[in-house]
Amino acid sequence: MENKELISCRNVCVNYGSLVAVDNISFSLNKGDYLCIVGANGSGKSTLVKAILGLCKPADGEIVKSCKGIGYLGQQNVIQRDFPATVREVVISGCLPQNILPLYSKAEKKRAKEEIYKLGLEKLTKKSFKELSGGQMQRVLLARAFCAATELLILDEPVNGLDPIVTDELYSIVRNRNREEKLTVMMVSHDIHRAVQNATHILHMNNQAMFFGTAEDYKKTPLYNEMTTVETCSTHACTHCGSDCTASHIRVGVYHS
Amino acid sequence: MIKILSLFSYDFILRALIAGSLVALCSALLGVILVLKRYSMIGDGLSHVGFGAIAIAMTLNVTPLVVSLPVSLAAAFFLLRISSKDSGIKGDAAIALISTSALAIGILVTSVTCGLNTDVTAYLFGSVLALSNLDVWLSIILSVVVLTLFIWFYHRIFAVTFDEPFATASGISSSRYNRMIALLTALTIVIGMRLMGAMMISSLIIFPVLTSMRVFKSFRSVTISSAVLSVICFFIGLVTSFIWSAPAGASIVVANLVMFLIFATVGKIRK
Repeated sequence: MENKELISCRNVCVNYGSLVAVDNISFSLNKGDYLCIVGANGSGKSTLVKAILGLCKPADGEIVKSCKGIGYLGQQNVIQRDFPATVREVVISGCLPQNILPLYSKAEKKRAKEEIYKLGLEKLTKKSFKELSGGQMQRVLLARAFCAATELLILDEPVNGLDPIVTDELYSIVRNRNREEKLTVMMVSHDIHRAVQNATHILHMNNQAMFFGTAEDYKKTPLYNEMTTVETCSTHACTHCGSDCTASHIRVGVYHS
Repeated sequence: MIKILSLFSYDFILRALIAGSLVALCSALLGVILVLKRYSMIGDGLSHVGFGAIAIAMTLNVTPLVVSLPVSLAAAFFLLRISSKDSGIKGDAAIALISTSALAIGILVTSVTCGLNTDVTAYLFGSVLALSNLDVWLSIILSVVVLTLFIWFYHRIFAVTFDEPFATASGISSSRYNRMIALLTALTIVIGMRLMGAMMISSLIIFPVLTSMRVFKSFRSVTISSAVLSVICFFIGLVTSFIWSAPAGASIVVANLVMFLIFATVGKIRK
């Protein structure tokens, strides 16, 4: 049971217009894994995630999903800001009934309530979603994703545009869920330090897979060095603050790939 | 008061009241989805396409509904496609292009053959006299279908409307819901067009939800308020049109406008 394969991609290619965004990617994700997909902008990370979620069709290859209950948290700007909805309505919509009955069951209501409690949103439940701050919104959407993620949580650059404190919080919530509740996580991230700290596996993409393996092995590759030296730490104001630094990092240079 | 009561003794007014309030109810519910999904122009586009189809039907001397229903349904799917996918022309521009073209073709066809007679203007600006018993039955069937689907799929509709990628990711077939909404919208518009007129039917879709959003903050309250407001405004509009012998469609739109202004003021004061 421990090594159950949830997602398996074999030679997946996805085209974005005339561009080959994802080129011949193969990897697998097992139960309990925390996979970080890293790479420069435009390296096909988000496109790969979209293909896995079924939001776009791969041109070639095969994606086998052997799990139900995928929770997804995308980049922030996709959500409409003026939508009339309360926090509770948003969170519970993650618990969409798998049966076709029109009402949520007691178990689903309980699950939503738990997620609201775990993410500290109790005081906001009746508040309008559009009146929240960016960090609160992302927290609500994370609660919704947890409701849906009975087996797998997929995050696509969830911290974009959030301040360092909220970013830290979000990362640690996800890490705890992975470590304590064995929730399988797949995250597209720009933050290479955190990726290596939290994840069990790394997929480094530059349209093709440059690396796929455990986080420990990734640290030994020249790719990791390249990725880390072009970043500067916002707290320590230097480029080499060490891999145990927990502050957020600002990218100053271009990638050398 | 007596005048208002005497209203109900006319068969045509009764037909307009039943069919109209049911269409108002359906369009308000569908409107919540369309407006929030940024598809409100689809309603406008569909009504113009419907008018074009009716004009051609009248020239060919066939029952308008026989032509306008399939044409509008086809147009609904087509408009949905171009507004959701990145085609060559941007969605809103494409819809404007199609709707004005359909309107122009309709007007050309009628003016070349039979001229812009009262029948055509009745379809353009609506008429309470135009409703037949068939329309009443159609609107009853439509509203039963819309209400049932809306209540049954309420939570899924919310999920798809709020965040389509998330809904798709968690296993809901979003495109199926979009098609269902497009189909119901096309039906509502074709049936409601006779009363409201091709030029004004889209107001029934857009006004109630925008009005409700001034004051209400949750999806559920906006939905319920839209449905209630739409029927109330329809009733007020129809009664005033009868009292002042004004066109029904225009009166209903103005009733909606007044309601919007009231709600906008209340919303401002509350802040």
